[in-house]
Amino acid sequence: MSGAIPESLLEQLGHQLSQVVGFIYPNEVETQWAILIVVYPYLTGIVAGAFILASLVKVFNVVEVQPIYRLALLTALAFMLVAGMPLQLHLGHPERAYEIFFTPQPTSAMAMFGFVYLWYLLGILLIEIWFEYRQQLVLMAQKSRGLMKGIYGALSLFSKDLSPEALAFDHRASKLITIIGIPSAFLLHGYVGFIFGSVKANPWWGSVLMPIVFLMSAIVSGIAMVMFLYILLSLVRNEKLDMRCLDKIGLFLLVAIIVDFALEALDYIHRLYQSEESIGILSELVSSRLFTSLVVVQLLLGMLLPLLILVLVRSVRFNEELRKLLYFTSSLLILLGIFSMRWNVVIGGQLYSKSFRGLMAYKMEITGIESLMTALALLALPFLILTVLFLLLPPRWMERNAPTAAH
Amino acid sequence: MNKREFLQQVVAFLPAAGLLRMLPGTAEAKELVGAPANDYDPTRHWYGMGVDVDRCIGCNRCVEACKAENGVPDEPFYFRTWIERYSVRADGETTVECISTRPAQPEQAPPEDPAVVRTYFVPKLCNQCAHPPCVQVCPVGATFQTVDGVVLVDEKRCIGCRYCIQACPYGARYLNPITRTADKCTFCYHRITKGLLPACVEVCPTQARIFGDMKGRADRLVRFQRVNMISVLKPDLNTEPKVLYAHLDGEVR
Repeated sequence: MSGAIPESLLEQLGHQLSQVVGFIYPNEVETQWAILIVVYPYLTGIVAGAFILASLVKVFNVVEVQPIYRLALLTALAFMLVAGMPLQLHLGHPERAYEIFFTPQPTSAMAMFGFVYLWYLLGILLIEIWFEYRQQLVLMAQKSRGLMKGIYGALSLFSKDLSPEALAFDHRASKLITIIGIPSAFLLHGYVGFIFGSVKANPWWGSVLMPIVFLMSAIVSGIAMVMFLYILLSLVRNEKLDMRCLDKIGLFLLVAIIVDFALEALDYIHRLYQSEESIGILSELVSSRLFTSLVVVQLLLGMLLPLLILVLVRSVRFNEELRKLLYFTSSLLILLGIFSMRWNVVIGGQLYSKSFRGLMAYKMEITGIESLMTALALLALPFLILTVLFLLLPPRWMERNAPTAAH
Repeated sequence: MNKREFLQQVVAFLPAAGLLRMLPGTAEAKELVGAPANDYDPTRHWYGMGVDVDRCIGCNRCVEACKAENGVPDEPFYFRTWIERYSVRADGETTVECISTRPAQPEQAPPEDPAVVRTYFVPKLCNQCAHPPCVQVCPVGATFQTVDGVVLVDEKRCIGCRYCIQACPYGARYLNPITRTADKCTFCYHRITKGLLPACVEVCPTQARIFGDMKGRADRLVRFQRVNMISVLKPDLNTEPKVLYAHLDGEVR
């Protein structure tokens, strides 16, 4: 491959160079992992979190959450299908991505991600959804005509058996897969944390807590996303919400936020107290370049405010409408806060020099591959996929068409 | 093994080796930089570089030679080697500048500042770590360490994920905007395997850079190690750099 350096890249780098404070290594002007790598752990986290919420129903028999079981599963699938895309688009040579599968380097934390991703998608999520929906798919194939009959037939893998034994097997299988799925979901996102946490060259990333912090924030974002969608869908469909379910999700969300907050606070306290070589530049980073995104958006708006709201909802007897509004608001705030957290980790880790003597800047492109537009498209795509999934596999179809089929 | 047995085995081995070569294997240094001299045996070398900080005058000729020799983009965002200037003030405060970002213009001396008590230049380049974190993280094995101890990138295999750039503690790597693959100092591997010096060493007017072979007994680098107090950059990260500095201030990271 030959050619000139793209003008837009030089313009971006020139601008970023002009914003440098102090001394940086000259190769550090370029932000190597930009907005798409912020989007990637955000999407993966929602997958893991939504799945873990779903598993509460299957494995831990939290009956209150039953109404959102299928919603949570489909949410996980919709986000999972998009989760790999930002990585693919980010590569300098996307056409060589297959090498990760064919010639992986065993010592690389990144090399195994492809396998973990595929395992989770094909080994867990799709199989679990198939067993969950098999009965419905068979019935829908029987009821529909023409093309749709073919589609549902194919989706049910042309199975026809609706005997009680077969249904019982579906149930057992889906429970077993969920049990395997929980550690897999932990692996999926803990792994993403490890990709960052194992970089010893970068003290902002290199922390043993990173996989756990990523995992907890994933659970928070997944629960918040399902809660947001549940309230949104009830508004769109003009249906009554199951408040018992919503309150229960709210409780889980509250607990998850508290754990997440404790872990992140521990990380910061530990860094401050150990006060290693990097502490000076990291403090400068937090108080200048990351102040808005970390202190204001991630901590105050995205964590403490929703925490306060959720505590209030539990301690004061608000009426249903107000509770719904408060849950809706806090889920949105949390989703914003977790996005901000991904930004602060990924971009934040590249805003200070490894010489610990200066700060860099990141100017996001509006258009192009690594740009705001692509990021927004990738963030919107799961909702589009979810809409299609809902049309194809209505979560409430069984309740309306075959009331006897409830678990 | 006598001569006859040896020759028999060679005859049996050659066709087999030919077959093996047809399989896509991991990249070999040979493929990347052209064939070395015929009698070159990588197992007999372990390359490193000595940098005498006291000798560097900050002329930037090494940077220009490197860019010209290796096709490194001229733009001030891409360097396989660069020079840093440290100015130490009486109160201990140190300011650092990279003086290689505009190689076309001769570097002007900074304005006289009576508070500055000492200045020095530090040439930087890939440390060719014996324990390289960049090689560890590459998901496809595109970056690797040669038998003679040089870390290279196979630009035909690199997928451009930039993980190695993140993993390098020294800022020695960049993404080449033309090839869209990771790029870094190779110690001029195409030259050293033919018995030549790396371009930066060749042009240095003060011999601040000493290229050598740690396996060579009478090598200049071995002598450099013997007569100087040696330090390496960021030793706490356990990367075991093979770029060895003499007269390096503890301030330098």
